[in-house]
Amino acid sequence: MKLKAPESISFAETSFCPGCGHGLVARLIGEVMEEMGMTEKLLTVVDVACASLNIDTWKFDTIMAAHGRPIATATGVKKVRKENPVLAYLGDGAAYAIGISETMYGALRNDNVVVIVINNGVFGMTGGQMAPTSLEGQRTSTTVMGRDVKKTGKPFDITKMIGQLDIAYLARGSVANFKDIAKTKKYIRKAFEKHMNNEGYCLLEILSPCPTNLGMTPVQCAQRVDDAMRDQYPTGEYIDNGGNQ
Amino acid sequence: MKQVLMKGNEALAEAALRAGCRFYSGYPITPQSEILEYLSWRMDEVGGEFIQTESELSGINMLLGASAAGARVLTSSSGPGYSLNQEGISYLVAADLPAVIVDVMRYGNGLGDVSQSQGDYWQLTRGGGHGDYRTIVLAPSSVQENADFTYEAFELAEKYRHPVLIGSDAAIGQMIEKVSFPEMKDHDIDTYEWSIKGCKKGEVQKKITNTLYYMENYDDYLLNKYQQMEDNEQRWESISVEDAELVLVAYGISSRICKEAVMTAREQGIKLGLIRPITLWPYPVNAFKELGSECKALMTVEMNILGQMKDDVVLAVANKYPVYSYTTVKEVPETETIIEKAKNILSCKEA
Ligand SMILES: Cc1ncc(C[n+]2csc(CCOP(=O)(O)OP(=O)(O)O)c2C)c(N)n1
Ligand code: SF4
Repeated sequence: MKLKAPESISFAETSFCPGCGHGLVARLIGEVMEEMGMTEKLLTVVDVACASLNIDTWKFDTIMAAHGRPIATATGVKKVRKENPVLAYLGDGAAYAIGISETMYGALRNDNVVVIVINNGVFGMTGGQMAPTSLEGQRTSTTVMGRDVKKTGKPFDITKMIGQLDIAYLARGSVANFKDIAKTKKYIRKAFEKHMNNEGYCLLEILSPCPTNLGMTPVQCAQRVDDAMRDQYPTGEYIDNGGNQ
Repeated sequence: MKQVLMKGNEALAEAALRAGCRFYSGYPITPQSEILEYLSWRMDEVGGEFIQTESELSGINMLLGASAAGARVLTSSSGPGYSLNQEGISYLVAADLPAVIVDVMRYGNGLGDVSQSQGDYWQLTRGGGHGDYRTIVLAPSSVQENADFTYEAFELAEKYRHPVLIGSDAAIGQMIEKVSFPEMKDHDIDTYEWSIKGCKKGEVQKKITNTLYYMENYDDYLLNKYQQMEDNEQRWESISVEDAELVLVAYGISSRICKEAVMTAREQGIKLGLIRPITLWPYPVNAFKELGSECKALMTVEMNILGQMKDDVVLAVANKYPVYSYTTVKEVPETETIIEKAKNILSCKEA
């Protein structure tokens, strides 16, 4: 494993909570860009939620889009800057609640963008409210007795929603343990390769700890991702169309 | 260039292309759909990008991305769709991004209906989205102006790094008149130093976000920007104002009727004049300095229920004259009624 951090990451500026998955993914993206020689090319669009902290963590040209709209915004960028890799980076609340229509329509149009969704099972930035991905029975600040699926519907699984569409790539990774981190990095790289090959929509969901809002230590929280979240949200590649579009 | 016959909405769309706009994202709604229909094929011809989005929310936020990437961008909508556009307009303002947004006004609250109206005046001129901001609003009154103002709107948007609105209305969008177009212009997406292109080693990265986050004197910066617009961009047309006893104030489609009313009234010996705001914001307060010593009152003529523009006229004349309103909601105002009301006002009867 590479120990030197990629040059596109600014540790001085980063402000994620200790043990947060966002920071790990930010670094993985930096490493992949370095390996693919695209550090000077990547254009990123981040959501206003915790994803937005990347605008200072990364040294990429970045837009902070409105909550839930980064995918639409990224499509706009890609249409103008066709040679550049373009990434939409957002949380599960952004992608699956307020922005579900943008997430879905990006897929329906097979827009040529890379989408990375951080699934931490809560609304992190606003203080730990229920997200579409919160687990059954999960206590959050808006489900203090635990998520009651009779009232809220069941936890949302993106792979069931766009798993049958003609998109380029759909995968789910995790950053809760060393092995998964390595795998997730491969998924990120694959998504960008397909993207540069103009194959279309690549969505990668990444299971990720939010120790702050789950009131756990970073280690406990990572353990919870491994134990509870992965049961509900199996990791792996779901669509890998390999240029068959 | 030679003149051609064209529908208002289509002339607007063609002018946008000629101004170098190569990106459109939007959603159909009557009475502006011809803009989108026209650009759906014409954008291809000029090598631009057209996207029919799943909603106006998506349309405006996509446009924000394209603008940040350096393109000249356009979206258009009407009433309910324009309300959805406002999320993105507030973000465009916050991030200092140029864009042109068209509201072809339609009638009523909620869904309302598709007939002509001038009911979005407050929404267009007061900001409308969250926060406190202003945007230049151009109000065309003919097919030719639909074309000319659109062409100019892109220049203004670029000059101030700010979204510019065009408050058109159904009548102008749907009518067919002769129009000649300005010359075709190219826009280079690398023109702006601020747009995102990819951050080269050693360069400072571009952050397209709320200017507030990194600008020390953000409030001064914005106040100065708005002041510049107020000082430099007030536009209006005035007719026979100097010796008028009653001055009509009207924009867009109703101003055309008012022009006729001024002529007809003068033939009858009634001294009417007209101030036609071309920019609804900045409001052309300077136009009211031309009022002559004979002026007794003013009357706005507008197609909405509440007489939305009256407030601005009251402010512009600083309470020196009484201000009346003749509102027709979705019917085009009538010359005879304008003259009738003018007579009543001038003979001190109520309007
Ligand atoms: C239109 C709008 N509604 C609500 C908010 C408030 N808000 C900001 S971030 C957020 C939730 C973020 O959760 P998620 O997308 O899961 O990201 P995380 O912070 O967990 O990474 C909300 C509700 C907003 N900024 N804009
Ligand atoms: S609140 Fe949660 S998601 Fe946000 S930075 Fe902190 S740990 Fe990460």
